[in-house]
Amino acid sequence: MTELLRLGDVACIRGDRLLFESLSLTLNRGDALSLRGPNGAGKSSLIRLAAGLLRPAAGTVERRERVALIDEAAALDAELPLRRALDFWARVDTVDGHSVDRAMDAMALAPLAEVPVAMLSTGQRKRAAMVRVIASGAPIWLLDEPANGMDDAAQARLVAAVAKHRANGGAVMLASHFALGIADLAELDMGALA
Amino acid sequence: MTALIALFWRDLRRAWGSGALWLPVLFFLLVATAFPFAVGPDAPLLRRAGGGMVWVAALLAALLPIDRLVRPDKDAGVLDQLAVRGFADEVIAAVKIGAHAIGFGLPLLIALLPASALLAQDAARVETLAAGIAIAVPALASLAVLSAALTANHKGGSAIGGLLVLPLAVPLLIFGAGMLDPSGRGAVKLLAATSLLLTVIGPFAAGAALRGLRE
Repeated sequence: MTELLRLGDVACIRGDRLLFESLSLTLNRGDALSLRGPNGAGKSSLIRLAAGLLRPAAGTVERRERVALIDEAAALDAELPLRRALDFWARVDTVDGHSVDRAMDAMALAPLAEVPVAMLSTGQRKRAAMVRVIASGAPIWLLDEPANGMDDAAQARLVAAVAKHRANGGAVMLASHFALGIADLAELDMGALA
Repeated sequence: MTALIALFWRDLRRAWGSGALWLPVLFFLLVATAFPFAVGPDAPLLRRAGGGMVWVAALLAALLPIDRLVRPDKDAGVLDQLAVRGFADEVIAAVKIGAHAIGFGLPLLIALLPASALLAQDAARVETLAAGIAIAVPALASLAVLSAALTANHKGGSAIGGLLVLPLAVPLLIFGAGMLDPSGRGAVKLLAATSLLLTVIGPFAAGAALRGLRE
């Protein structure tokens, strides 16, 4: 089974506005799909639909594997040192500490392990959220603006992490205003759907 | 299961961290201290009215921290992350209720001793109060988490939160304080029944409210 995520004829209504309808897509192992479009086109809503956080007004969403999500909230306890905040999610995802170690190395966060989350910058917090996603081991990555606040070096690490994830049979759906330079990237123009 | 234990400890750590453990307890003791000043040092009157006062203070102490039970988790995206991982909202609510029951119930029972002394309760009445409050703690925690979930989308929601659950808490007060009445033999059974009902309904009602937060 190579198919990880399938959306069939979904429609999304937020408030009383129809964001999109009759949208179908599949995400197979190794795929990367970029959602494009102006603000308010429904990129974040589509990602939340795919994650199961929103119910589609019509159509079906099928997830065949576990999902890891980045959205605007980092979901890390601000009062804890970074490492302990990440360890909480490792326990929830029932992965061991080594996964967190490797993910922290991948995003170059190991030197900040003892710094409280509240002291981190926006970009560092995004990198921490990315560590949570990498360490979770979930095959489906849903990344909503993962590169916000990241510097060039961090963006390069993000791109490398995405490439490694796809090589290992994972799939990625992302919405980003940065041209991250991800190779072999499919695009979905949400602006054309409205 | 390890995930739910991690979630439980996280809630407990956040309840007891940074001195927040003492907030409901201090509030509880504050009421117990202020009451004798307000009604005067008449020991028989204090003994009669004090038991009911303990119950009122316990209810308010349970509702005191409702603005930090659900709303911070919602704002930080923790609830979304848990939903993405497929945890049922009812399970999340049940874990939160359990953590709140321990988080405020244990310190409250400890604070009951000095509070009872301040309100001139004798040993027998302290035992009755402790038993009654121990029975009611899961129900009080259910009501607190339910109102926290219902009001998590509203700024200053904790103020309406108390009003929302007050009608549901009234039976607990009646039967709990009724246990102190020598003629109120059946009160403990009715209190237990009410507490059981609220504790069972709590996770489902609060879970539905958590689901509503995402829409």
